[in-house]
Parts: sequence; structure tokens; C-alpha cells
Amino acid sequence: MKKKIIKSIILLTISFILGIFFIGLNKSSTYNTKDLIGSKISKIQLIQLSENKIITEKELKNNDFTLINFWASWCGPCRDEHPYLLKLSNETKLKLLGVNFKDNKKNAKQFLDNLGNPYDYITTDNSGKQSINFGVYGIPESILIDKDLIIIKKIIGPINKKDFESIKKTIE
Amino acid sequence: MKLKIIIIFFLLQLNTINAKVLVADPNIIFKNLRCLICQGQSVADSNSEFAQTLKLVVKDKIREGKSEKEIYEFLIDKYGEWIVYKPPFNKVNSLLWILPYFALLIGGLIIMALVKKRSNR
Repeated sequence: MKKKIIKSIILLTISFILGIFFIGLNKSSTYNTKDLIGSKISKIQLIQLSENKIITEKELKNNDFTLINFWASWCGPCRDEHPYLLKLSNETKLKLLGVNFKDNKKNAKQFLDNLGNPYDYITTDNSGKQSINFGVYGIPESILIDKDLIIIKKIIGPINKKDFESIKKTIE
Repeated sequence: MKLKIIIIFFLLQLNTINAKVLVADPNIIFKNLRCLICQGQSVADSNSEFAQTLKLVVKDKIREGKSEKEIYEFLIDKYGEWIVYKPPFNKVNSLLWILPYFALLIGGLIIMALVKKRSNR
């Protein structure tokens, strides 16, 4: 009887360890921001690129939806997503807030002159510190928020056709 | 007079001790923050753009008078619990925190039982 109990305890322990390994090894170890969907963005203080005006949450609360897009002229994938941003700029319910990340002002303006300007507001984040406030860790990255400043969608990497359609569907 | 000097000196000493405790050490914080774009590196070990920016933000927060705990809370709010190496105790990870103590307890009980058995012999 005693031997049977010991055997079953050993068997249970081994299966528990194997189970933990199985779950652990099947789990993706890359960072995922899906947990941040539903959280609120606060303390927005972004300086506009051309003027010295500051954009705060007050301005964004007037919009039904705002897509905050982090971009730079030196960022290759930002060029890939630009046509989708231009298409999204035609949406009446959506305003686009571009955050120019660690960039040269002249190059940023040239980028928009060449490819077109989809943004309703263009702001700058020279040090990159503001991006931390938005939970951004690389560019391009886009955050779709509603008028209550709640994160509805977070797109890491360039916006593709699938993301574009998903944003359109969300704001309709 | 002597007593007054001693009291003033003692109060000043207390002040510096308190100051040391209250001001968060940025290096400890950097070591406990995960560099999200690096493979198995902490912010302290990484020279990536992201780590450099995060270091600046942490230093700013310390300058603003924020404590170590408040800085972790701010970053967890922005990036989720994945950003810290030592996650706070909650329902999801409770097993992770409790299990080692539980294993220690069981081990202790087994050793006690074995010792008792031997002494009975």
C-alpha cells in the first residue's frame, strides 16, 4: 500500500513537471501587447512639429476615433504603411495623429512632401521619451483609441491590408 | 552647547540615512527591467534604442521623486507585467510564488519522518 502511494506521488510529480515544460515550451516568449487593449491612455503632451502648440488628451477627446501612428523618415517599413494611412485619412470618423520619432525635422517634412501627408496632427518626439508613455518599443507602431482614450487596437509593425480593413471595420 | 551640537549632528545624520533609503537606485531598476526587443537581456545590459530611452525615462521618474515601486507600476501599466523580471504577486502567478515554499515544507516533513523512523529503529 505504502509503495503504491509513493509510486503514484512520483508519477504525479513527473507528469506535473512534464506538463509545465509542455506549456512553457509551447508558449510564445515574444512580447505581446494584447493585454494593453482596453487600458486608458493618459498624460498626453506632444509638441507639434511645425508650431510650438502642445497636443493633449483634451484635443483627442473631441474625435470619435484617433489613430496614433509612430513614424520616422529613416524607417523603411513606415514607407510601406504610408499608402494605408493616406486611405485612412479619408475616413470622417477617424483622426490621425502622427508622432515623428527621433527624427530630423527637415527630413520628416521632406518625407511628407514626397509621399503625402495623412495626418491631422503631426507631433514630434525627439528623445523618444513620449513613446514610453504610449507603451511603444519600436516603429512603426499604431494605436487606435476611442474618444474616452481607451486603446481599441495596437498594431506593431507596418499597417498592412488586413490591419487597414480591421481599422475600417472598427470605426464604422 | 555640546548637547545641542550632538543633537543637530544626529538629526543631520538621520536625514542623510533617510535620503539614501528614499532615493531609488536606477541601476537596480535597470536590472529588473526586461529589454523587450532583445533576447534575454535586461535594460541594464542592453544598448538598444529602446533600452536607452527607457533608462532616460527611469532617471526622469527618479528625479521627479518617484519610488522604485511607482516606477515599476508605471511601466507595467504601459507594457504589461512582461517588462519586469520580478512580477508582483497576483492570482495568475500565485502558484509560482507559493510552490517553492510548499516544496520546502514537504521536503522538511519527509526528512523529519525519515529521522524519526531511524531513531525508532
